[in-house]
Amino acid sequence: MDPECSRLLPALCAALADPGQPVADDTCLEKLLDWFKSVTEAGSSLQLLRDSPCLVELLLQVPQAPGLSPRVLAFALRLAGLLAAQEACFQFLQQGELLSGLFGEAGPLGGAAWMAPTVRSGWIQGLRSLAQHPRALPFLAELGALDTVVALQGDSSLFVASAAGQLLAHILGLALGGPAEGPPGPPACDWPASAQAVVGHLEEALSAATAPRATQALHVLTTTFGHCHRPWTQGLWARLSPLVARLLEKDPVPAAHPLVDLLLSVARSPALSSDRGWWEMAARALGSLRPAHAGPLALGLLTLQDCPQALSAQAFAVLLQPLACVLKAAAQAPAPPGWPAGPEGDAAAVATLLSSRSACVGLLCQTLAHLELLQPLPQRPAPWPQAPLLGAVLTVLRFCNGSAVPAPGSDLGGHLCAVLAGCARVQRAALGLLGALYEDAGPPELVTQVFAVLLDYLRSPDSSPTVLKKAFQAALQWLLSAPTPPGGCAPDPPAQPFLGELLPVLQRRLCSPCWEVRDSSLEFLTQLAGHWAGQAGFRHALLASEVPELAWQLLQDPESYVRASAVTAVGQLASRGLHATPAGPECPGGPQKGVLPELLGVLAADPEGFPRRAAMQVFARWLRDGHAEAADAERFVARVLQAAGRDLDWEVRAQGLELGRAFLERALGRPGPPCPDAAAAPEPAAPAAQALRAACRVGLPEFALRALFDCDRPVARAACALLLLLRDQAAPGLSLPEAGPAVAALEAALQRWRAGEQAQPPGPLEPEAVLAVLRSLDLEGLRGALAESSDHVERNPQSLLQDMLATAGLRGDNEADCY
Amino acid sequence: MKLYCLSGHPTLPCNVLKFKSTTIMLDCGLDMTSTLNFLPLPLVQSPRLSNLPGWSLKDGNVFLDKELKECSGHVFVDSVPEFCLPETELIDLSTVDVILISNYHCMMALPYITEHTGFTGTVYATEPTVQIGRLLMEELVNFIERVPKAQSASVWKNKDVQRLLPSPLKDAVEVSTWRRCYSLQEVNSALSKIQLVGYSQKIELFGAVQVTPLSSGYALGSSNWIIQSHYEKVSYVSGSSLLTTHPQPMDQASLKNSDVLVLTGLTQIPTANPDGMVGEFFSSLALTVRNGGNVLVPCYPSGVIYDLLECLYQYIDSAGLSSIPFYFISPVANSSLEFSQIFAEWLCHNKQAKVYLPEPPFPHAELIQTNKLKHYPSIHGDFSNDFRQPCVVFTGHPSLRFGDVVHFMELWGKSSLNTVIFTEPDFSYLEALAPYQPLAMKCIYCPIDTRLNFIQVSKLLKEVQPLHVVCPEQYTQPPPAQAHRMDLMIDCQPPPMSYRRAEVLALPFKRRYEKIEIMPETAVM
Repeated sequence: MDPECSRLLPALCAALADPGQPVADDTCLEKLLDWFKSVTEAGSSLQLLRDSPCLVELLLQVPQAPGLSPRVLAFALRLAGLLAAQEACFQFLQQGELLSGLFGEAGPLGGAAWMAPTVRSGWIQGLRSLAQHPRALPFLAELGALDTVVALQGDSSLFVASAAGQLLAHILGLALGGPAEGPPGPPACDWPASAQAVVGHLEEALSAATAPRATQALHVLTTTFGHCHRPWTQGLWARLSPLVARLLEKDPVPAAHPLVDLLLSVARSPALSSDRGWWEMAARALGSLRPAHAGPLALGLLTLQDCPQALSAQAFAVLLQPLACVLKAAAQAPAPPGWPAGPEGDAAAVATLLSSRSACVGLLCQTLAHLELLQPLPQRPAPWPQAPLLGAVLTVLRFCNGSAVPAPGSDLGGHLCAVLAGCARVQRAALGLLGALYEDAGPPELVTQVFAVLLDYLRSPDSSPTVLKKAFQAALQWLLSAPTPPGGCAPDPPAQPFLGELLPVLQRRLCSPCWEVRDSSLEFLTQLAGHWAGQAGFRHALLASEVPELAWQLLQDPESYVRASAVTAVGQLASRGLHATPAGPECPGGPQKGVLPELLGVLAADPEGFPRRAAMQVFARWLRDGHAEAADAERFVARVLQAAGRDLDWEVRAQGLELGRAFLERALGRPGPPCPDAAAAPEPAAPAAQALRAACRVGLPEFALRALFDCDRPVARAACALLLLLRDQAAPGLSLPEAGPAVAALEAALQRWRAGEQAQPPGPLEPEAVLAVLRSLDLEGLRGALAESSDHVERNPQSLLQDMLATAGLRGDNEADCY
Repeated sequence: MKLYCLSGHPTLPCNVLKFKSTTIMLDCGLDMTSTLNFLPLPLVQSPRLSNLPGWSLKDGNVFLDKELKECSGHVFVDSVPEFCLPETELIDLSTVDVILISNYHCMMALPYITEHTGFTGTVYATEPTVQIGRLLMEELVNFIERVPKAQSASVWKNKDVQRLLPSPLKDAVEVSTWRRCYSLQEVNSALSKIQLVGYSQKIELFGAVQVTPLSSGYALGSSNWIIQSHYEKVSYVSGSSLLTTHPQPMDQASLKNSDVLVLTGLTQIPTANPDGMVGEFFSSLALTVRNGGNVLVPCYPSGVIYDLLECLYQYIDSAGLSSIPFYFISPVANSSLEFSQIFAEWLCHNKQAKVYLPEPPFPHAELIQTNKLKHYPSIHGDFSNDFRQPCVVFTGHPSLRFGDVVHFMELWGKSSLNTVIFTEPDFSYLEALAPYQPLAMKCIYCPIDTRLNFIQVSKLLKEVQPLHVVCPEQYTQPPPAQAHRMDLMIDCQPPPMSYRRAEVLALPFKRRYEKIEIMPETAVM
């Protein structure tokens, strides 16, 4: 601890122990605890107490101070626990019975302060920190803390209840300890008393008739098996698993959700996953749990690396059961080939669940989301029933838009019609899964149906903006996965006609009164053009449609997000030669407007940041890709930097630096990967001097020097990096000019501008002047300073202690402020 | 208690309830779909329509060629359009004591009832219903009377002839009862019999029954009705909406504990979500106009048009349509736009609040002020001077058989740049377009029907829990085109009682108690 902190600490401790003083807020106390934690981790807690006896004073005074804020009480409890985590310090504090006074009946435990959840939480967290060494266990037993912790599991505050469960799991781990590997450890009867006591509590709770108590015990066990994989956990599971199995025999299974968590926690534990009995229990659980709970368990099992084949098959059948019911409701046929068969009883339960509105929507969304998660995993079941799954998802989507025809006489079919029609939640989930299923494609007739259903959703006026966005995403994925015949760049049917049908839909959607729809349509157009611009049929259809012109018109959209997406789309279309260049409204038939002036207009005049940022991204991409609009790179970059330099948005300025960097690298002969449609070939490597001169001609050094002192740190950092590149790459070959009066004047101007004494930044610079300034600036030092976080001064402990003292009103300068 | 069902149209009902010796007519809707069988009435001489060939039987017999014309494979009656009236024979309509009107669309047959059946009772309706109903009737009369047609076809109605005709003429029902439009004089006379009422106002009928209108949320002044005695309660739900549009929200609570709930006027397009349709409407409109085409919106002069104009107000700038002229052409356009601004007490809360600012409740006032929306009584006169293309025209009639819309169909039908967007759900758009075929202009069907859908009805019935539900037979089975959609029908317990045209239902409900007052003199005896 540095001397300044040692000097401030006694006053702060006194202030904290004084109920009459205003208390610093929770954040300050948390920061103080963090600091103490770092101090104790770095050295001896005992030494800390010896150096700062005020801390012991504080801990002694706290239990006796009436009316002390619950926050300070909680802080003291946590601080005591933190200090007592080291055995030597624990002994030191216990010599004076300080810990018993704090954590025992004499402390807040027996008083009115215990009513505050903060105090109960502080008490638990203090004990949790303290319980790091064997001496802690007898201390806890002496206090009788275990019963209190068990009772706190049912606390009205969820934070307290959760912390109590975690403390119990921690105590169990501490008591049973032992090596990380090896035999399972002593038999249960030889376990230490504290472990016996905790396990006794758990057994009692698991046998209790009430679900809340079983839930508490299950939470403790889940934490234990989730965090501790030592051999003794095998013994613990062997002792408690019969009680867990008994829970599964009840109908309905109590505490099903935490039970699933426990089973999955055990499954993931390397110490337990080889237990054969566990796999049997998991199989039983899949059969006993209701579909809503069996689904998460099935997914958890299927994501395991070493799940037995039979269990995996059972889990997959459970997971697919709701979709099987949907298929049956629509087709009244036996399960499609490749579909895992599930038990009939389960099917009946699922069918019952599906016929209620809220349960049906919840179960279907859960199932669809689970399958979307499972689909890309390497351990997913094989063979993967791609075709029936596709069929099922399409059926769900058809039920949702009212086009599914229920099987004759199927009550469930009628119910699904009523429940799912227009349900956006299920539509989103189903489109999400449909999008994920693109990788494995499927039989051509099903792929045709996929495109037909997607087109229905894209066309339907009833599709909500979020559903439409999902439909666009799924459509793009399926389009990208469509096979392209060798030698050709057009996709195979049915993707080809779908691509043709998309354009009228896009046209309509780009005119939607809903801005979210216009925005996602533009995003889709950008991606579509990015992937299909090389395909002649698509190019022809796109250019013949009004889509490019509509995208152009949306540059004037009142919604800034839409304008930003329009900028990106127009930029993309332009880079692929697909853009519309309508005549100006003032003179129809007159000269066409260029894309670059239009986007420069956005950069210069748009009142919102998003479109301007989008414009900068387009410019940077154009320059990297060697796009025609950026063919005259110097003129192009000069114009862009001129507009970006005045921008109030720091991201625009930062992107200006990115553009400058791309230009410099290009000038140095290190261009990025060229784009296939590049209009201009990258320039040959130029000598460093030429690069510097080019940079000066476009005004890059002025831009970067101004940005170096930008009040937004990311801009300053980027500028520093760019100037370093300029100095190290473009300047080494050049001899240092003599420091003439012009350079001195520039340096002086820079200093003044930096100090805020000069309103205007330095003007156009000559290469020699730039070189001199670059060499005179301590760029490495600046880089180091900028790498520090902006609040590094405020985050140091002295500052924290001073702030807290200021809050308490104990500092002289604050008194002066009272005037 | 009996219900006499005089109309088979579920959204244009006309029923008579006999309850405690009172005879109450519930709405008198006029089924105008019959006009689809007639040739359009062009405002300007149309060589195409006047040169259509006469229809002849396969055997070459051309005796009907004066009455029937053929156009693109369809046969139309070349005569003044006629309307299908409610049943007049099922019950003696002169015995009707009162007529309760639920909204302005459901009173279009009123002159036929009040002026030609010996009716001597009273009609009850809210003020906006009467005023806007009057506008609709005046517009209808104007549309038909300004294109006089000497010819009146009647031979084709002969049963022996009718069965020889092609569909849909062959299948048209009750053609003998079809009547020509009423006159303005009859309209005025009918409307003079109306007594204005306010929401929740209790009206005593002969001391036996009390009737109360409740807000139904569908249109300006639209109502549902409670008809109750001391011990019985009948609710009449007709054309209600739970969507937040311009009218006052629907009063559901007062419908609770009904013995019988008569449910009519649900959405005609249960699969179309009004929000999605509005989106589709504007996408199509913008796409056409940006392409240099004109947009024609056949519509009624009141109702959804207010909401469309409001959306247009929000959309017009964002879609870059500020320079496009919007025209609203109707003999009653001016009155309709002005009436909508003065019925503040009948509007939803947000619009009522605007009045106190003070601001016009509907933003179409600003559209008119800024010259973005212009309205004209007809295509003649000022309109022809101001007309600029491309443009958007809102005009009637949605059947495309009369009104200014006929002119625009003839004018713009040949260009594929133009689009006609159907927003009114009352007419099949394919049938409406039939006499204009072949047609190059694009047709978009965006029916916007804000009335209750089946999910909303299901929730409503769970909420108000009537003992019995009575509804048109169309609501007890899925629509024929979507026979698998079991969700597109009323699902309640006990199952609803259904009715069809010309049917008399004995309502499943026995009166057990009666409140009587004994005069002291009688008691002494």
